[in-house]
Amino acid sequence: MPTPPVETDILIIGAGPVGLFAVFEAGLLKMRCHLVDVLPQVGGQLTEIYPKKPIYDIPGYPSVLAGDLVQNLMQQIEPFNPGFTLGERAESLEKLADGRWQLTTERGTVLLAPAVFIAGGLGCFEPRKPPIDNIDHFEDHGVEYFVRNPELYRDKRIVIAGGGDSALDWTIFLSHVAKQVTLVHRRTEFRGAPDSVEKVHELANAGKIKLITNAEVVSLQGNGTLSGVHIAHDTEGTFDLPTDHFVPLFGLTPKLGPIAEWGLQVNKGAIEVDTLDYRTNVPGIFAIGDINTYPGKLKLILCGFHEATLACQSAFDLVFPGRKRSFKYTTVTGIEGLAS
Amino acid sequence: MDIQVTVIGREGTALILDAPTDMNMSLMELCKSYELPVEGTCGGMALCASCHLYVLSDHNLPEPTDDELAMLDSAFFVKSNSRLGCQIRLTDALEGLVVALAPV
Repeated sequence: MPTPPVETDILIIGAGPVGLFAVFEAGLLKMRCHLVDVLPQVGGQLTEIYPKKPIYDIPGYPSVLAGDLVQNLMQQIEPFNPGFTLGERAESLEKLADGRWQLTTERGTVLLAPAVFIAGGLGCFEPRKPPIDNIDHFEDHGVEYFVRNPELYRDKRIVIAGGGDSALDWTIFLSHVAKQVTLVHRRTEFRGAPDSVEKVHELANAGKIKLITNAEVVSLQGNGTLSGVHIAHDTEGTFDLPTDHFVPLFGLTPKLGPIAEWGLQVNKGAIEVDTLDYRTNVPGIFAIGDINTYPGKLKLILCGFHEATLACQSAFDLVFPGRKRSFKYTTVTGIEGLAS
Repeated sequence: MDIQVTVIGREGTALILDAPTDMNMSLMELCKSYELPVEGTCGGMALCASCHLYVLSDHNLPEPTDDELAMLDSAFFVKSNSRLGCQIRLTDALEGLVVALAPV
């Protein structure tokens, strides 16, 4: 039986600091929130990229570690009991006949709300694609940017490119699965874990894998399906290498992702908003934090907090049409009464 | 005191930029302040390589950190003189620096 859709007041895409703080401001106005994030944990970049870095420009905190700020925000919004869908990318957004928005994630989770806040920060982290002509044509026809299912490579020939941990780890793992594994790296040195580097060299010396350093894959061959790669070596010229798969593993880079397809006004990878309340060109959809742009925009957490606060005021009119908005000082009302 | 830094764009046009050395500014931030096509997506944490450039003059720059080397390892069009602009602080020693933006 399919899971019933999640119904809430404000659907927040992105559980970074700004998305989290929006829950607090929404809570003061008695609105419930549900957050969706592609990462498996809350905090966005702060948790994923720099949890141990101190931040010095959060008002009232001379210094706070990024990870601690996220923990504090979670504590701050706890009374409002937000919902979370983590580890799922927001895929499509449609307007329903009743005026609500329906968000579907890549895993098919369905969420409904009258207002949507996009607090997506840098966007989704997607694989970095090497600048090889026609590489798009071979995607899923021999070119993969992730190893999703190692069995795909059983008894096949595979060329892996890259010099980091994932390139090394998969080379080692697939050496037991694939018919032939070739690792191509631009330099002689590898930046991965020393154990893995040693293991890769051992496998190469034992003839279990082929290691080609100081070289790059520069073009792809095949008629619809990949049949080989063309490799340029720094000193030994170029040569062809027949293969069934090419897996470039060059890390991740932030991209706007599916959000770019939602009919929003996008300018240089950021969503254009009206600073009145950070609404986008699509009624009911707001964009707050690093993902938005407007004249004078600064990508700062503290600016995102302000944006979230103003957006909540306008979201109230969508969630409770016709009702009077009340503006609350937490010093007067506290939060306990509101959260109940 | 300002220094002068030459930045060669991706189409080959050279621009001479006045660069302050008392603002704790990086080369990436300088390029952005002149609205050159340098995104600086990660904000200067050596995490995106959108400020990848080639150092063409023979200035003695501080050695790249492990973070910078790791990032350059997964960037493209990398050469022996590749650096990340966000990791290069503007100091008086960089007077006359010449760099070229790497392709994106």
